[in-house]
Amino acid sequence: MKRRSALALLGAIPAAAPLCGCATTAAPAGTGDLGVVVERARGTLALVNTSSRTLLAEIEGLGDLSHASVVFSRDGASAYVFGRDGGLSKVNLLARRIDARVMQAGNSIGGAISTDGTLVAAQNYAPGGVKVFDSRTLALLADIPARFEAAGEAPRLSRVVGLVDLPGRRFAFSLFDADAIWIADLSDATRPVITKLQGVGRQPYDALVTPDGRYYIAGLFGEDGLALVDLWDDVPKARRILAGYGRGEQALPVYKMPHLRGWAVAGRHAYLPAIGRHEVLVVDTETWAEVGRIAVAGQPVFVMAQPDARQVWVNFALPDYDRVQVIDTLSRRIVQTLSPGKAVLHMEFTPRGEAVWISSRDANRVSVIDTRRFETLAMLDIDSPSGVFFTSRAARLGF
Amino acid sequence: MPPWVALAKLCLAAGVLGLAAAQAAAHDDAGPRALPGVRADREPALIRMVRQDCGSCHGMQLTGGLGPPLTREVLADKPVAGLAATIYAGRPGTPMPPWRALLSEAESTWIAEQLLRGFPDEPRRQTR
Repeated sequence: MKRRSALALLGAIPAAAPLCGCATTAAPAGTGDLGVVVERARGTLALVNTSSRTLLAEIEGLGDLSHASVVFSRDGASAYVFGRDGGLSKVNLLARRIDARVMQAGNSIGGAISTDGTLVAAQNYAPGGVKVFDSRTLALLADIPARFEAAGEAPRLSRVVGLVDLPGRRFAFSLFDADAIWIADLSDATRPVITKLQGVGRQPYDALVTPDGRYYIAGLFGEDGLALVDLWDDVPKARRILAGYGRGEQALPVYKMPHLRGWAVAGRHAYLPAIGRHEVLVVDTETWAEVGRIAVAGQPVFVMAQPDARQVWVNFALPDYDRVQVIDTLSRRIVQTLSPGKAVLHMEFTPRGEAVWISSRDANRVSVIDTRRFETLAMLDIDSPSGVFFTSRAARLGF
Repeated sequence: MPPWVALAKLCLAAGVLGLAAAQAAAHDDAGPRALPGVRADREPALIRMVRQDCGSCHGMQLTGGLGPPLTREVLADKPVAGLAATIYAGRPGTPMPPWRALLSEAESTWIAEQLLRGFPDEPRRQTR
């Protein structure tokens, strides 16, 4: 607790400033096989090694980590942790300590890091908007309130979702309450230039950018379809894809909102969760036409392509969240159904995809599973694990 | 089920209920009211469900997220029947789904009552 109060006094401090003599000095080491697992109930980050499949250390004092997410610095040595309570922490994975921490909002949902690694952006529900920080010091550089005006209403702030980094010190994000997508150019970090796309579709709930940085796709909660923006257009505009995929049928209850990221893209196709249907939608990224749909065990939450794109892994909202299904991308059939433990919350592939780490919250377990043979290679005892994040994300656009 | 297992479960449930009651009593002398249709041994699962699963939208501390905050202070002037109806039947046009496939009406009411009193915490995991 001593360290936390010291941090509270100091606020955002440069990474170089020594906090206290308590951090252990690690031998020189690479970061390519490091990762973190969020222990959501305890406000702790578990540091793991993906080669030895071991728990290395725990970093405490990160606040409310329900729905926490993490991005990495370019050198893979720092993890930026976005907490539900608005806390943004810079965790030094080699020294295994918090280098800087700020309370930047009342309620936060995640963040992104610029392609050049200099800017960290947080997306917030309260106050609704995006804040941009110096990735070295966590000093605030820009505040972008998501202010909008619905017809006949007073201006208010929208909850922000789907924040991604784009080439050229830009970020894109979606406004859940305003049915809008904004593109923020932070070439000059203290003077953001915002391009606003209105009427993109009802209630965008999350979004992704394709690995090449060309397309931004927002999932829509309020209608059957997704919003697509071609960022290579001179004047980007949003258009609907997969419109009416529900075919007018009564939607099933969605007990947990799906998540989108660049992992949706497997080769030429994107695999996307339907909303209110127990289906994965397959869309051709050349034509943006639906080319198939795959019936799955529940409401998909994460639909994630292996790095080699040969298989797509799917987990589910409750009550079907004890299962994980694997889709073969050649046949587009389910080839495996696994039960790694109750309340599967997240999956993360090792950098080249030979193994996947799956967190099972209620089993207090992270399972490491061979992606070819589906054998369990290791199990780690981790308290209420949720997000699993490996440093290989540092090198990927949109992660 | 061997008798000792049943006994152990009963003790566990009673312990958790006692904890919940103690916490509720700190806010409200009436304590939680046992409703017909809510078994005492179901309450820990309901508490976990609200904290963890409702928490994915409303926050584990129920301070809000995509869904609104559900703290005692925020809900102070809300009638229990309305909250229970929202839980059971959902709120069309918003992401709040109907929970009727997973909860009974009595359980929805129990959760609404606990929210109004300040929702109980889960017992801490003992193994570490």
